[in-house]
Formats: sequence, C-alpha cells, structure tokens
Amino acid sequence: MSDMREFRPGADPSSRLPPRSGDDGVAGALPPQAGRGDEASAYNFAYLDEGTKRMIRRALLKAVAVPGYQVPFASREMPMPYGWGTGGVQVTAAILGRSDVLKVIDQGADDTTNAVSIRRFFAKTAGVATTTHTAEASVIQTRHRIPERPLTENQTLVYQVPIPEPLRFLEPRETETRQMHALAEYGLMHVKLYEDISRHGHIATTYAYPVEVAGRYVMDPSPTPKFDNPKMDDCPALQLFGAGRERRIYAVPPYTKVRSLDFEDHPFRVQRFDQPCALCAAEGVYLDEMLMDDSGRRMFICSDTDHCEERRAAGHVGTEGVA
Amino acid sequence: MLRAGFADPVHDSQGVFRAVLDALARPGTIHAIAPRLDPPGPLTPELAAVALALTDRDTAVWLDPALAAAPEVAAYLRFHTGAPLTADPGRAAFALVREAGRCPPLHTFARGTPAYPDGSTTLVLALDSLAPGAGLRLSGPGIRGTADLALAPLPPGWPAALRENHAGFPLGVDCLLTAPGRVAGLPRSTLVGS
Repeated sequence: MSDMREFRPGADPSSRLPPRSGDDGVAGALPPQAGRGDEASAYNFAYLDEGTKRMIRRALLKAVAVPGYQVPFASREMPMPYGWGTGGVQVTAAILGRSDVLKVIDQGADDTTNAVSIRRFFAKTAGVATTTHTAEASVIQTRHRIPERPLTENQTLVYQVPIPEPLRFLEPRETETRQMHALAEYGLMHVKLYEDISRHGHIATTYAYPVEVAGRYVMDPSPTPKFDNPKMDDCPALQLFGAGRERRIYAVPPYTKVRSLDFEDHPFRVQRFDQPCALCAAEGVYLDEMLMDDSGRRMFICSDTDHCEERRAAGHVGTEGVA
Repeated sequence: MLRAGFADPVHDSQGVFRAVLDALARPGTIHAIAPRLDPPGPLTPELAAVALALTDRDTAVWLDPALAAAPEVAAYLRFHTGAPLTADPGRAAFALVREAGRCPPLHTFARGTPAYPDGSTTLVLALDSLAPGAGLRLSGPGIRGTADLALAPLPPGWPAALRENHAGFPLGVDCLLTAPGRVAGLPRSTLVGS
C-alpha cells in the first residue's frame, strides 16, 4: 500500500528506481503454490463467478445512467484485504474481456506492491495481456492517480475507492446522507469548504476534493490529489469507481461535466510545483517527494512512473537524471 | 425442443455486456453485438442476448404482449436465466419489448425512488432499424456536443416521452435499443430533442 520505495544509499539516483519490466506475463513464470497444482485454471475467468459478475454489471449500468450516484452492490470477499482495492478489482473483473490490455497503477506507479499484485492477479486468473504503458492499455485500474498522458475514448479507468460517500465525515448516518443526495442538499459541503477558508485563508482540501457531476450529484473522486480533478472533466474515457468495503459503485460517463466545488471569490486551484521532475524535467505534472539519504536530501520526481520513463527514453534529463 | 443459449457463456456474456455498457456510456453511438443465438420467435437474438447476459433469479423480467403470447419464449428465458417473469411492468428490473411500435408509456415502468434511483426498469426494445442520422437529437453525459440517432419504428409518444423521462432525473427508466446485430443506449440522463 505504501508508496515508499527502497533505496541503496550512494547509488546513481536514476538507478534507484526499481526495475519494472519482467513482472508482466507472469502467468507462466509464477512458481506453482505448494500442494495446489494448477490453481489458476480452477477459477472462472477473472476470478469472480458469473452470477457475481452479472450483479456488478447491472450496478455498473445504473451507475453510468445516473452519473455520480452511488449504486449499492453485493460486494464479495476477495483474496486480498479491504483497503487493497477490492472494489476496483471487482469492477475490473466484471468488465474485463480476453482482448483487454490491463494496466494497474498505485499512486501513479506501476511497480508498487498493490499495483504489481493486482496486475499479477488478473494475468493469472484471466490470462489477459498487461502493460505499464498508458497508451497501450484498454483498462486502467488506479489507486489515487489519473495518468499524465491524456486518456482516449478506447480506455476505461477503474478507481479503487476507500470511502465513496463525500458527506461521510460531515454526517455519519447513511440514512441521512442518502436523503441529502436525494434532495441535492449539499450545503454542508460548502460549509466545510468555507470553514477551510476561515481557518486557513484558502480551501485546504488537497485530495478527495469533492466534485459535482453533470450538475447533480456531489461525488468523491476517491483520494486522488486535487491536481487530477480537472482531468475528470470532459474526459474521453469512461470512469468507473468501486468501493469494496463500503459496497458502492459509481461512474462518470465520457464527456461529462465534472466541476470541483468552489466559491466565486475562492476559485478552485490545483497544486503547483516550484521545480520540474528531477529525473525527466517534466513540468505541469504531479510530483512525489523522495527522501534520498539519512541527512534529509530529497528530490521531486514524477508520480506517474510510465510518463517519467517515456520522457527519459525520449532524451529528457532532469537535474538528478542521467543522460 | 429448447433452443440453445450462449455457446460460450462466460465470454459471450462479457461481450454483450461491454457493448451494452459502451452503448449506455456513450448515448447515440451504435455498438455491434453478435450473439450467435437462435431463440424461439418472436424473441430476437439481440433481446435474448441482453436477457441472457444480464438477467438472473434476482431480476424480474416483464415481457410485452407479443412475447408473452409465445410460451416458448417464457420457457427459453426461464431455463437459461432463471429470472422470474412478472406481469407488472412497475416491478420489472428488465422489460423486453418486441413490438417497439406498441411500447407501453414509460411511466408505467419502475422509475426508482429519490433515495434509490437505481430501483428502475431497463427497457430493451427490438427495432427494425437503428442508425446514426436524422431522428432523435441527443445531448448530455457521454455525448460530445450532440449525437443523432435514427430509429424505426419510433415507440408511441416518443420523443416527448423521453423528454418527460429525462425531466424526472435522477428518476426514470433507461432504454437499450436493439436492431439486428446492433445496440444503442438511451439512459435517463440523455436530453432528447427532435
């Protein structure tokens, strides 16, 4: 789950990024688990049984028809803990077909534990092709980032969502929040944002920044940095959201108005970074802070590892990069 | 004798679902479905494909009079899906409409409730033809600008009935329009002009 990466002190910075090729196409390469033989073939395609897929598919159709509304669904136990993307995994399993090419990212990275294990899960249970390249993927499952490369009409983005209810920390009762959505009563959310302003002088919410979808439902965009909110608006790709523990599915169809809530005198703004990516010199992208050693040396690099690698392969070099 | 269902239930269902998902997510676009089904008449292969892909014991299905008059259709759907059939369109999760020209008024189907707008009926209509072009002018979520969809026959009261359906958003029914080999979607979120 953690975004931490392990480093060997003193090594060349660009070599500190762990290698990412080689974990795809794992279906044949994985060692058989003791005593269980060829266990992958004992599962249905993409792990879930057909009845479960039908139930999830029906929920997805409602979610698309009522953009931003959270459709309850009978979330299943998955072979991973809640909080590791059980909702996203169920949505992906329900939509995935043999010809899909799957990419999985965790905070923009293809190489972290969560992303690697989910990618392997589908390589093993569905036998689908996987990739780390955004442009090649037809289905992208994400934990809390939207890729820097603009998405296309041929892509579907599946979000892993921990708390789907944007009003939950303002009103703990589900019966109440349901009524608030039914009545489009979102004053409380504006009060929350106003309290940010009165306390901090600006809207201090930086992730899971609430949005209004198609002029009706207020929706939690999942804990993506607010930097990514503008990418959700009028996006050519279909965006699906799955919350496994909370048993909710919601969606934003392509080319749909997604407006970040704000005030006339305090308009929505995204984060800005003072410096470009230290490895690929990219500007206007979301950066992760990386600690370099025990003395607190640090650098800022692209959160989207595929974007950073593509830029470096194209010859872009940052201050800490190697030509 | 009972006609066969999907030759490959897992992947045929997935293919039909993805076409339907794309159709509802991008109203006005037309998607190919090749169900390879030979259901008993007057059920069309496309209606059968949607029913087999999406219905089961959890979904009440309403059949229009043309389909209800053919006991082989009910037997086929019951065997392959296990879905309970209902005579009350207001309780149906899915409604299969063979004669679109005689489709009942949309308000007779379930529209959901303000707290649960997902408790609504999805209508699946069999049309003679479905093509891009002058007919219904669509706008709303999923549509870049506007889209035009020509269908025949046009169900009675359309497109005014669709505008009324949209006016009740987030309540309302969603429609899947099928024609031989193709499917398009008209979710309640779509604003329909003419």
